[in-house]
Amino acid sequence: MQRIGVFVCHCGTNIAATVDVKAVAEALSHEPGVVISQDYQYMCSESGQDLVKNAIKEHKLTGVVVCSCSPRMHENTFRKAAASVGLNPYLVEIANIREQCSWIHKDIASATDKAVILGKAAVAKVHLNAPLTAGESPVVKRALVIGGGIAGIQTALDIAEAGFDVDIVEKEPTIGGKMAQIDKTFPTLDCAACILTPKMVEAAQNEHITIHSFSEVSDVKGFVGNFTVTIKKKARYVDETKCTGCGLCTEKCPMKKVPNEFNMGLDNRTAVYIPFAQAVPKVATIDPNYCMMLKNGKCGICSKVCSVGAIDYKQTDRFIEQKYGAIVVATGFNPIKPDKYNEFAYSICPDVVTSLELERLMNAAGPNGGTLLRPSDKTHPHTIVFVQCVGSRCDDEKGKPYCSKICCMYTAKHAMLIREKYPDTEVYVFYIDVRTPGKNFDEFYRRAVEQYGVHYIKGMVGKVMPRSDGKIDVQASDLLSNEQLHINADMVVLATAIEPDKTARPLATMLTTQMDTNDFFTEAHPKLRPVESATAGIILSGACQGPKDIPETVAQASAAAAKAIGLLVKNSITCNPCVAHSDELMCNGCSSCEKVCPYGAITYQDKEFRMPDRTTAVRRVASVNPAVCQGCGACTVACPSGAMDLNGFSNSQIMAEVDAICK
Amino acid sequence: MNKFDLEWINLTSGVNVRKCMRCGKCSATCPSYDEMEYHPHQFVYMVEKGNIEPLLGSDSLYKCLTCFACVERCPRGVEPAKVVEAVRLAAVRKQGGNHLTPDQIPAMLDDDLPQQAIVTAFRKYTK
Repeated sequence: MQRIGVFVCHCGTNIAATVDVKAVAEALSHEPGVVISQDYQYMCSESGQDLVKNAIKEHKLTGVVVCSCSPRMHENTFRKAAASVGLNPYLVEIANIREQCSWIHKDIASATDKAVILGKAAVAKVHLNAPLTAGESPVVKRALVIGGGIAGIQTALDIAEAGFDVDIVEKEPTIGGKMAQIDKTFPTLDCAACILTPKMVEAAQNEHITIHSFSEVSDVKGFVGNFTVTIKKKARYVDETKCTGCGLCTEKCPMKKVPNEFNMGLDNRTAVYIPFAQAVPKVATIDPNYCMMLKNGKCGICSKVCSVGAIDYKQTDRFIEQKYGAIVVATGFNPIKPDKYNEFAYSICPDVVTSLELERLMNAAGPNGGTLLRPSDKTHPHTIVFVQCVGSRCDDEKGKPYCSKICCMYTAKHAMLIREKYPDTEVYVFYIDVRTPGKNFDEFYRRAVEQYGVHYIKGMVGKVMPRSDGKIDVQASDLLSNEQLHINADMVVLATAIEPDKTARPLATMLTTQMDTNDFFTEAHPKLRPVESATAGIILSGACQGPKDIPETVAQASAAAAKAIGLLVKNSITCNPCVAHSDELMCNGCSSCEKVCPYGAITYQDKEFRMPDRTTAVRRVASVNPAVCQGCGACTVACPSGAMDLNGFSNSQIMAEVDAICK
Repeated sequence: MNKFDLEWINLTSGVNVRKCMRCGKCSATCPSYDEMEYHPHQFVYMVEKGNIEPLLGSDSLYKCLTCFACVERCPRGVEPAKVVEAVRLAAVRKQGGNHLTPDQIPAMLDDDLPQQAIVTAFRKYTK
């Protein structure tokens, strides 16, 4: 006979204000098997837990039901309390009468009724609970960082610092990411390359860090502590181990008309290229879309000039498989293309540029060697208009609903740098709001206005019209003076919204992590677990989780590293015992469960079964790898014969709950 | 302007003026801006504040071309031209001056024109 204890929590007034807690305890005391039913102010407190512990000892309880908050909050608390007095922790059930009852109802009578029903369902379930024992699985002491921008580099450096091996997978030929393209950083105006490139070199030289550049993650299997990842090393047609990065091939390559991605297509590169001077690894890559040798077999100059014989036109994509204990996602962001906003004339006027393009135009390694010139006629611009919030804070399908966070500050930086370098240039910034929360940020923006005389105008640009004389007519609102302005500009700079990298969504599917509607990775808890994903062992770093500037990215990158290190120092981790298993006698071998399993935990085996009249038969049956199974329950729903069942959430337990609710 | 009129304008325009984030792009894009006493962003703001009386008496109502540039470019989907139209309709209704009867409408429909533009044009020009 079961001996069940019921404990109803007031949660201060969180539950007690809407639910008659005493009535719930009283009602549940009459349920079959219930030997004690109590209520208490704060069941999760030390004394509340003691109440539960003492009751378990005193009444020799075989099952515990706690009517309180969500199991996500305190299931573990009460399981630990039960275990400490010798009751199997999986014999504890939580009835959520806070989030799913008191917080969402107003009427005390009906909320109390519902709380009683939820309690009855939990009692019905606990009758069928079986003691479960959590197994342990070993942790592979190696981390994977996906993305080699400043976020990925910082995370890798911090993990390596703790003595663990870490691999960086970067899809571009070099690490460095967006920060490598930026000229100066706010609010200190120090040169981005000067602070980034030493970190890139440090990463390359660190004995614990392996950089897989020009590579992508193509498959992820396994679970926390034991991921198996397939990395696709894309063919770069250059032997990385031989290439010295001398750059002779790039000088001699006759195909010189390839849009240079690093300079945002504002100038050209050769078909064999090294993205920029400080690239890490400094290895050439051949672009197969433009290389004449790869396209039609005519040329081969790079292979002739290469003194170390590193050019290999026959190279193909290679796949390597590696095991990892933790995976850090640092896939970063991209600015959107503002070509859907016809009113800003971005597609038709070369002198309308995005902010990242302006970074390159002003950079010493950029297309103009650091002199700011109009892309159209290479003349010095005298009037520059900045447009804020292009594609940010939009309620339409063209833009993004969120604030991109970094644009106010980088525009203040651009405006200031231009006024500093070219005092004869008038700079206008059209803003909706200037958002500068951050250390020394508002001071920085005020300096742009007060010291550098940048014209900040409250209002939006409505129309950008290139004129036949090469000037650009900018029609805009000045809301404070209630005027419509026309500015005769030489250049227009659009502060475009930023969006997560396109590779993030397929990656999220592979990692079984959640994303929001904007394709930013969702953190496990917005306040208390901001760098972990809800999937164990998958950690988030940088702008893949939300718009961020460099200091915030670096801070999150180090936090992500701390989470990864916390995992890697463990020799083994406790597994979730609530995993699926199949009843081989009922399994008909249909493969439905194998198809729906998102973790690849189910395999089929041919097994010999004893049949009537001393015969045997070989049947194909499902088998679950409990180390890989995450207990999602998809297989139990898909199984047509009811052979699949989930420990702790068995079909009979769920039905008992439903029966109790419907009774 | 009483509460009923304000509700009526919100209802007929079908616009949630609270979505406005005061960027002023509607007025930045408006080709009739210089002709108007109250500009598109002011229409939205004044309707939100319930300050409709000055709008009803202003000839800005008839300066709006209903070109829909503000509707097209508003980043928040506020649709200022529809607010202007609703106020205009309120003014016209108050005078009891309907210029169009429902049975005349089907013959005037054209798939390529926004329906509202046709209605507005006829209200302005068929007296």
